[in-house]
Amino acid sequence: MRIGLVEPAKAAALVFVAAILQVTIFSQIDILGGYPDVVLLTLVGIALLRGSIYGAAAGFFAGLIVDTANLATLGVTSLLLTIAAYWIGRYGETTGRDRARAPFVSVAVATILVQLGALILHYLLSDTVSARRALLEALPPKVALNLLLTLPVYALTRRLLALATAPEGATEVRLLG
Amino acid sequence: MQQRNRSARIAVLGSPAPRSRPAGLSSRSATAVKRRVVAGVLILLSLVLITVYFREPAGGGLHSVQSAGATVLRPFEVASERVARPFRDAYGWFAGLIHAKSENARLRAQVDLLTQRVIQNTNAAQENADLRHQLHYIGLPRFPQDYRPVSTDVISRPPSEFQQEVGIAAGSSHGIRVNDPVVTADGLVGKVSTVAHSTAQVTLLTDPNLKVSALDLEHQATGIVGHGQGEGTLTLARVQKSQVLEPGDTIVTQGWKIGGLTSIYPAGIPIGYISGASQSEVDLYWEAQVSPRVHFDSLRTVVVLVPKDRSLR
Repeated sequence: MRIGLVEPAKAAALVFVAAILQVTIFSQIDILGGYPDVVLLTLVGIALLRGSIYGAAAGFFAGLIVDTANLATLGVTSLLLTIAAYWIGRYGETTGRDRARAPFVSVAVATILVQLGALILHYLLSDTVSARRALLEALPPKVALNLLLTLPVYALTRRLLALATAPEGATEVRLLG
Repeated sequence: MQQRNRSARIAVLGSPAPRSRPAGLSSRSATAVKRRVVAGVLILLSLVLITVYFREPAGGGLHSVQSAGATVLRPFEVASERVARPFRDAYGWFAGLIHAKSENARLRAQVDLLTQRVIQNTNAAQENADLRHQLHYIGLPRFPQDYRPVSTDVISRPPSEFQQEVGIAAGSSHGIRVNDPVVTADGLVGKVSTVAHSTAQVTLLTDPNLKVSALDLEHQATGIVGHGQGEGTLTLARVQKSQVLEPGDTIVTQGWKIGGLTSIYPAGIPIGYISGASQSEVDLYWEAQVSPRVHFDSLRTVVVLVPKDRSLR
């Protein structure tokens, strides 16, 4: 399938809006000590629907926006989201293809891995971090909230990226010989 | 039965006939290589960004680019925040109704008590001003008369638990500099930690790296306020055991000057109330739990205190 400039532009706009909404609205929704990560949810959608290369690029771009908006260390969020989205893309391209539970599995695993990675990165960058706060208090509600929002965000991403619902693969059989 | 008009080929095991190479293999391996190269380059680029940003000074190239980027993003953040505000206000209104009745009774009692104190304090303040004038007293920068308030919206929060910061919609173009204190009507919020042209980041008092010299107004005990064990809580540490603390005591910024060094926080900004204290025989100091006056989770607007004369600090 050949992808023109419209598809990347759509994905970039989607990631941009998700990042702005995340830093202005969703980061302030504190439910039981955690809040949803719509940037990660959007990336899950893009990576599963469009593949690992697309996902990695979108993850890098999303990370840059988030770090720029927060005046945080440039590259930290990009690194985490690039790796996460690449992994999700690979999962989608291999075992997760056409499985209904793929978005949920991706979101749960990616949320945990991104949180772990953020903890390690911030520790390496000499930030004061609390593993108890990050892993025991914030992570469980974050995973739950992300899973709760997976379906609507994934459906919205799918709709906006206008993915053909027809299964990918051979559409006709030609006899040779 | 109709016969198929196809020429048959006989497959002979071991025959030297060359087998055609699968057409998809080369393209598949090329895609795999491309995929790995793209991911590798992006990861490498991220690592380079982290390294350069971490090592360069605050006025470095990447910081300047980031500042320009933040300025570009600011209108989007402000617009998003304004769209969300009515919904947030509606939620806050309904949430507030739940506790309104009990809170009303408590606040009425508090108003009676505070009205008496206001009268006493007004007299004391007038007396204090007169005495200072007569003595030609030279003191520390005072809050709020020695500061120019810059009121601004909170436009962003970092999407992680590792940064106790908020973004505000004012920056160096409004006279804000790093380490300027930030307050609300309730009390001390924190200090400015990063400044761009039209935005800035404020490190909250709940950040583990932020410590503030504090004073117990009722008993004049001094200590250092920092983040507490629970989320959004504070502790008052390094209080001498000879000093007295009681639950309900008001904690304010101490403000100090040693040689050429002056506290970045002016004296008298409310921080919170003592909610409990712990002391063991082996500890040299008291450590008290402080309930902050400021609700750090629901900050919408803040005031940055810009010193009128920075040479006083």
